[in-house]
Amino acid sequence: MSDIAIQVENLGKRYRLGEREPYKALRDIIASGVSAPFRRLTHRQEGKHQANPEYIWALRDVSFEVKQGEIVGIIGRNGAGKTTLLKVLSRVTEPTKGWAKVWGRVGSLLEVATGFHPELTGGENIYLNGAILGMKKTEIARKFNDIVDFAEIGDFLGTPVKHYSQGMYVRLAFSVAAHLEPEILFIDEVLAVGDAAFQQKCLGKMSDVARGGRTVLFVSHNLAAVTNLCSVVYLLDKGQVVTSGPPQEVIGKYFASIRPSRAVSLRQRQDRSGDGRMRFTDLVIQDGKGNPISVTASGQDIEISVGYEASDNQPLQKVRVGIAFHDLFEQLLVLCANDLTGELFETLSPRGRIVCRIPHLPFYPGRYNFNLHAEVNGIVADWLQPGGTLEVAGGDFYGTGRLPPESHRSFLMSHRWTANESKIDSVVNGNE
Amino acid sequence: MIFQRVFHKSTAEVVGQPPTVVIQPTSGWKPINLSELWQHRELLYFFTWRDIKVRYKQTAIGGAWAILQPLLMMIVFSLLFGKIARLSSGDIPYPIFTYCALLPWLLFMLGLNTASTSLVVNERLITKVYFPRILVPSAAVLAGLLDLFIASPLLIGMMFFYKITPTASIATLPLFILLALMTTMGIAFWLSAMDVQYRDVRHTIPVLTQLWMFATPVFYPSDLIPEAWRIWYGLNPMAGVVEGFRWALLGQGGTPEPLIAVSVIVAVVVFVGGLFYFRRMERSMADVV
Repeated sequence: MSDIAIQVENLGKRYRLGEREPYKALRDIIASGVSAPFRRLTHRQEGKHQANPEYIWALRDVSFEVKQGEIVGIIGRNGAGKTTLLKVLSRVTEPTKGWAKVWGRVGSLLEVATGFHPELTGGENIYLNGAILGMKKTEIARKFNDIVDFAEIGDFLGTPVKHYSQGMYVRLAFSVAAHLEPEILFIDEVLAVGDAAFQQKCLGKMSDVARGGRTVLFVSHNLAAVTNLCSVVYLLDKGQVVTSGPPQEVIGKYFASIRPSRAVSLRQRQDRSGDGRMRFTDLVIQDGKGNPISVTASGQDIEISVGYEASDNQPLQKVRVGIAFHDLFEQLLVLCANDLTGELFETLSPRGRIVCRIPHLPFYPGRYNFNLHAEVNGIVADWLQPGGTLEVAGGDFYGTGRLPPESHRSFLMSHRWTANESKIDSVVNGNE
Repeated sequence: MIFQRVFHKSTAEVVGQPPTVVIQPTSGWKPINLSELWQHRELLYFFTWRDIKVRYKQTAIGGAWAILQPLLMMIVFSLLFGKIARLSSGDIPYPIFTYCALLPWLLFMLGLNTASTSLVVNERLITKVYFPRILVPSAAVLAGLLDLFIASPLLIGMMFFYKITPTASIATLPLFILLALMTTMGIAFWLSAMDVQYRDVRHTIPVLTQLWMFATPVFYPSDLIPEAWRIWYGLNPMAGVVEGFRWALLGQGGTPEPLIAVSVIVAVVVFVGGLFYFRRMERSMADVV
């Protein structure tokens, strides 16, 4: 137990239906007090009217342990209880049952700009917000310049933040938060702010946190960030931990739960060309072991499996199949075809499946459409544009948990580095 | 970079130690956590500082309101009650008699006005960050101290003008300021916690403070109350505060000890009760506000 940072046992939180309890007006209390003696009389007739107020469990029997220095991601659809969990752990609200123990100083960022006052200047808000997040005055004074530099607000330090642009406001808010130095950090969706460049900067800062050995609980919809940063991911659904494990695995299950993977039928498609000698009938995307998946990850072994049939029930000669990937701007990225790899199908039975195996998927997380193309004996038989969509979410292409920044999104290429200092001289000398 | 610098020390420290925080459901009446309040003392300072900074932002005359308000009330009262109704103010000229009472009274009134809605106004904070919520209404009350200080030079000027030399009893003034703060905070704890549950509270505040002023010797002397009843009059702690202010500053009459003693007891009861009530309501605040 010695290296545990957070221990959660059977944690439960119950809310009145509607997320927040409606505030009562004193009038209601008085009215109900006055009518109470009569209610007993009317109650029997109305029966149902007095039914228990409906409650929902935003969290139910949640138990887990987080080790020190672990970066834990919490994912799940809206209303799954992610934010409630962070709220309970950061003591904003009390649990209804169960308990949690926390070892270390906690900082929580459930929202950026919490406590910013529009009338106060940027500089004043740094102090106020810092104090609210739990920093000491001396600590804020010490980091003041770093915070201002990181936020890039420079000359506007003395301006009330109500005159700030949205971007400046958010940058300042994140900057204060980023300079918080607790041992345990709870973060909720803060990365969903600012422009792309600043988000990138925030992500970099988060990576610093991760490498700093701090314990972090990170709630996000940004699955690439989760894959990138977290070592363990918990999937919440209806207030319960459904599954936990390495990011790839859990994110895969998450997608499977929201978009069940199944074969996509291609029979009904009218937007196709070719003479129809051969038709694609269905499409399945599988992992390296042949299990259907709805979402893939960078670096994963995948298979694209298509069903086909011949129109005249005769064996097919010299079949060439191509899969051409595009990005969302219709830019052709790469072509996979069996004649390129020298695997032309000389004869194929009238119906069956063709599988294209792509080891170590080199796509950056995102969405890719692909065309399906078939030629029989050099004549186009079927052509679907697009034939399907490949969803790539997160991934650990290099086995280091890192991906290039969004600004460098492109293909991922395996590569190796070496350094041999003694040889530098000889190379230079050789050139002379 | 900043993150790496800090962290390492803690790992060794935490090993084998009891948890820093245990989170579990609580129920019933719990005392306020004093050590936690102490840890957050800087935050109380920052909240007070914020409330002061924001109070007169975007006003034309700013802090001058702190003088103008008691000054105008003094003029109106002097005309109405001093000149027309001819209420006796003893040996003390009526204007300074009432101004001296207006200072703690306005602290009380403005304190209640801002503090009782303070939790709802700071809803974003309450639902997103943990800190002892009691700091919010406390700071709202404390911010009123600045108004008191801004308005007091006028009082000193009037003392010179009317040639009133303070007696040794002026040394007790800080105690009465403390009593005023305790009374205001005590009631603010109750009202602010209720306002989270019942938004009716905010609508009753203006009526409440108005009626309360009639029950407090702000514009009339407490001698108007029959001798036998005067002790009970102290049940209104603001009566004790106002009488105390007059006695400490103007040295008027004998010491109104019995009345003040009752007021102190009531103020303590309201304050401590407020702390408990607030603590009890605190745990559901983030869900209800």
